[in-house]
Amino acid sequence: MTISIPEKTNSPIGNLQPKGWFRYFSFSLDHKVIGLQYLVCGFIFYLIGGALASAIRIELTSPISDFVPRDVYNQILTLHGTIMIFLWIVPVVNGAFGNYLIPFYVGARDMAFPRLNAIAFWMIPPAGLLLISSYFINGSAQSGWTAYPPLSITTPAAGQLIWILSVLLLGGSSIFGGVNFIATILKLRRPGLKLMQMPMYCWAMLGTSILIVLSTPVLAGTLILLSFDIVAHTGFFNPSLGGNAVVYQHLFWFYSHPAVYIMVLPAFGLVSEILPVHSRKPLFGYSTMVYSIMTIVVLGFLVWAHHMFTSGTPPWMRLFFTIATSFIAVPTGIKFFNWVATLWGGKITLNSAMLFSCGFIVNFVFGGITGVALAQVPFDIHVHDTYFVVAHFHYIVYGGSVFVIFSSIYHWYPKFTGRMLNENLGRFHFALTFIGFNLCFAPQHWLGLNGMPRRVAEYDPQFQFVNQLSSIGALIMAISTLPFLWNAIHSAFKGSIAGDNPWAALTPEWLTSSPPPVENWDGPAPLVTKPYGYGVQTKEAETQSGNEPAINGDN
Amino acid sequence: MVLPKSSALIILLIVIGLVIGGTWIGQNINLLPIDASTNASVYDELFKVLFSIGAILFFGITGLVIYSLIRFRKKPGELGDGLPIADNLPLEVFWTAVPTIVILFVGLYSYDIYDRMGGMQKLQINQHDHSAMVSEQKIWGGIGTGSIEPTTQNKATSLPVEVTALQFAFLFHYPKGDILSGELHVPVGQPVSMRLESKDVIHAFWVPQFRIKQDIIPGQPTMLNFTPTKPGRYPIICAELCGPYHGGMRSSVIVEEPNKYQEWFNSNSKESLTES
Amino acid sequence: MTTLEQSQQKSEVTHSPLEEEHRDVRMFGLATFLIADGMTFAGFFAAYLTYKAVNPLLPDAIYEVELPLPTLNTVLLLISSATFHRAGKALHNNQATKCQRWLLITAGLGLAFLASQMVEYFTLPFGLTDNVFASTFYALTGFHGLHVTLGTIMILIVWWQSRSPGGRITSQNTFPLEAAELFWHFVDGIWVVLFIILYLL
Ligand code: HEA
Ligand code: HEA
Ligand code: CUA
Ligand SMILES: [Cu+2]
Repeated sequence: MTISIPEKTNSPIGNLQPKGWFRYFSFSLDHKVIGLQYLVCGFIFYLIGGALASAIRIELTSPISDFVPRDVYNQILTLHGTIMIFLWIVPVVNGAFGNYLIPFYVGARDMAFPRLNAIAFWMIPPAGLLLISSYFINGSAQSGWTAYPPLSITTPAAGQLIWILSVLLLGGSSIFGGVNFIATILKLRRPGLKLMQMPMYCWAMLGTSILIVLSTPVLAGTLILLSFDIVAHTGFFNPSLGGNAVVYQHLFWFYSHPAVYIMVLPAFGLVSEILPVHSRKPLFGYSTMVYSIMTIVVLGFLVWAHHMFTSGTPPWMRLFFTIATSFIAVPTGIKFFNWVATLWGGKITLNSAMLFSCGFIVNFVFGGITGVALAQVPFDIHVHDTYFVVAHFHYIVYGGSVFVIFSSIYHWYPKFTGRMLNENLGRFHFALTFIGFNLCFAPQHWLGLNGMPRRVAEYDPQFQFVNQLSSIGALIMAISTLPFLWNAIHSAFKGSIAGDNPWAALTPEWLTSSPPPVENWDGPAPLVTKPYGYGVQTKEAETQSGNEPAINGDN
Repeated sequence: MVLPKSSALIILLIVIGLVIGGTWIGQNINLLPIDASTNASVYDELFKVLFSIGAILFFGITGLVIYSLIRFRKKPGELGDGLPIADNLPLEVFWTAVPTIVILFVGLYSYDIYDRMGGMQKLQINQHDHSAMVSEQKIWGGIGTGSIEPTTQNKATSLPVEVTALQFAFLFHYPKGDILSGELHVPVGQPVSMRLESKDVIHAFWVPQFRIKQDIIPGQPTMLNFTPTKPGRYPIICAELCGPYHGGMRSSVIVEEPNKYQEWFNSNSKESLTES
Repeated sequence: MTTLEQSQQKSEVTHSPLEEEHRDVRMFGLATFLIADGMTFAGFFAAYLTYKAVNPLLPDAIYEVELPLPTLNTVLLLISSATFHRAGKALHNNQATKCQRWLLITAGLGLAFLASQMVEYFTLPFGLTDNVFASTFYALTGFHGLHVTLGTIMILIVWWQSRSPGGRITSQNTFPLEAAELFWHFVDGIWVVLFIILYLL
């Protein structure tokens, strides 16, 4: 590992930026501020989305529609899906951690386009507020997050149009972010840092950004056409006017399947950063990890119609999409085996970050396996649009992405704030989340297999008991956010001081103070060519006391 | 990593145990409702295989994670790092090859299953089966006649039904006898050939016990065939969000012995009424 | 002051060889963004081709689009790409007036394109909501026309900024002109694809 000796300089950008707590509410251009803005903003939307999920689960404790009116139920589930995807997972795994970490990882002082970056963030709160306020105006969209026409054309127009507008804004924000990440990673790398020496998260973000740039515009175009159908009574997707409703599904999933990798590839990257640090071992199989990310990116564009197996698509098409989808298991599997190999033979500290990362592995493998089952046409025909699918994707988006977000917060909180989170509360949080999550979503597989469709407020009474189990799980999940919230807020003021590098990690963000200065380093950026060089320095590390960082950029 | 003989043996035993255990789980834990069509029994075969493979993989990987977390925990006071092993080509090849083989197997197997369900058959529509059919109209495909051989003889005896889906009900029309019914009555053992059409938005026809589902998309008349095998009353569920009462859009399919079905048919048939 | 300028400034302060490498990546960013923009068109084209393949029109709804006007439009746009290129060259050679003249010609060609597009719209035998083809036709050409409008506005801004003396765009600061030019070529290229798919196929 190479670290160039930093010199102290004064940074001119720093003097122009707002200081103090106020900068988090300002149009700051600092990538670290923007990253935290994304994170906190996303978390607030998570609480709102979670509150909506709680409403769903309360409604489903009884087989009749009693808690909310039927159309409100549909509005709630549409809002829940949209908020969780577009305002929580996507902005946080990409925007929050990407903005915070990528400039460090490539050895840059900021993102390639700081102003565009700030604009991209500030598109999100208005879009989110717009979306939520539509509920109070005239009822929000009620055709699911997929907004399939002709239903989305015939439901009340105001809510649907606001939904389209806010998804367009969020998509635009996402495209701006993607452009920025591609430029930063490819063009702003510190001289001397080769592509194959970047931390894995850079690769994940590069792959994700390619997906975003190539797929999100298609969604935007599609939604514009949909809004024409609603406003101008064109017939793109309206069969009664000679249109074709399936074309919408193709275009929608051409974006929304890649979107699921937009939600999970960055999470893969984050786990690849966290596991090596806490198991004190290099990331296993770096180059195969890189290739598998890129393979997933390519395959991700070729599988969209697996959401449409029952739409009357021709047999050859179903078959092609079955095979293509199944093959995604291979590059994904490579990543999982490499992570397990990273743990193997390490010196593992089982702290909260590690617990959530390992929880992620277990949950995601489960969700991935049900995904491969869903990819088989004959299997999917029975369970499509049932709770089996709901269970599949919650195992992946919650058990996968959300677990990784929590893991990352435990891991990088010391860097963000300069203070440590409380470990015991963290472990308690993990235990509650893990139990609640599995109790909530595992039974839903059975529900789907046995005949409970999704997006219903009323169901066959024989499913009541299992639904109540699931709702209890959701309750435990809701409770589990409380210790976390308290921990995160309390520790920001009262947590023990972290020091610059509490985990003795080797990636560049730890080679500066916590929290870092405005220009990331008080001097030239360090050149880190072996971000996972654990074990090589064993001798040096042994001579130091446990808490002291092994390498420190400041010395 | 060169393994001593004893640990190689242990690994072998664990793998064998895993495979046997996973297969047992997949074959013996039944998560599905009863199988009441020719499709369903074929489907259940696939389900068992996928469940077995899934169980083996899941418990295998989870086991590895938990074992590593216990075995390689940093002991209190221990310093330093793990071994700097970051690559192993044979291992990488191994865990690329195994999933590839599994996936190829699963893909071929599910192709076979789908073929047996009739999903790959070209849909032949018998013009005389369906009254209100425009001849140039394109028909989209659901599933064929299932494992029953698509002989002309079977075709001839398949029972045509026209299904209309609208917010928020299913209507069943029997061209023979001109019966209009809110419930689907079918005789056990006879192939049923349905032509599905939607009046407004997308709905879906789903009978969990038959393991069949087909979206009913406006503007796309779709064929769906099945052969019931067990008498009983099963739910017909709309499985595509179609508006506020989507959850209430249900009906039943009543599978009856042929003579009971004939009774029902005769008492409802308009043709027989006019004859008598 | 842009951040780029600030960091350039800083590199002078520190004289560190490491900091010199802050390259101008704005063109790269723009190109990436145009790829994204191109995907929007790709989505529209895909929809159009699918309609063509799966939803054939009934015989009485089939119409013929007239070719002369769109062919003229194609020629206009192709010429405008060349004139824009000339403007860029002139700027590089420090010939501000020449550059401005070429820019004006380009903007004029853009406006001519828009005008002839309008003429076509008003003479077409079908309206926006007549059938899927008509709708897709208007969506595609309209979305493209929006790009031409934006491009023309950009050209006019560049034209104003490249006045000498007093303009910000000089042979030292060519980025705005180059960015507008890249955008214009992109819009031009999209038109060619559009022309082939919509009018010739
Ligand atoms: C982050 C989000 C995410 C991710 C990563 C995935 C990953 C996968 N998904 Fe999922 N999916 C969703 C989110 C996601 N999905 C959502 C939101 C929906 C519903 C949308 C809606 O309708 O509202 C959905 C729906 C969905 C469907 C449609 C179901 C239906 O509506 O009928 C299908 C069908 O093929 C599918 C398949 C897959 C597959 C094969 C993967 C694969 O990528 C998984 C690969 C991973 C593994 C397989 C595990 C690790 C691998 C190994 C350990 C190697 C060995 C394994 C084998 C050999 C099997 N998903
Ligand atoms: C992408 C991420 C994501 C996440 C993280 C979640 C999280 C959860 N989801 Fe969600 N879900 C979706 C994405 C997601 N979901 C999507 C895309 C759909 C499909 C929508 C559609 O069909 O169109 C869906 C649909 C969906 C359904 C099916 C609805 C239906 O088809 O009828 C259900 C039912 O159980 C459900 C439940 C839950 C639960 C219990 C959680 C829990 O994990 C949530 C846990 C969090 C909390 C409980 C928050 C705790 C905090 C509070 C309670 C305090 C509140 C405070 C304030 C408001 C200040 N979800
Ligand atoms: Cu009809 Cu849902
Ligand atoms: Cu998908």
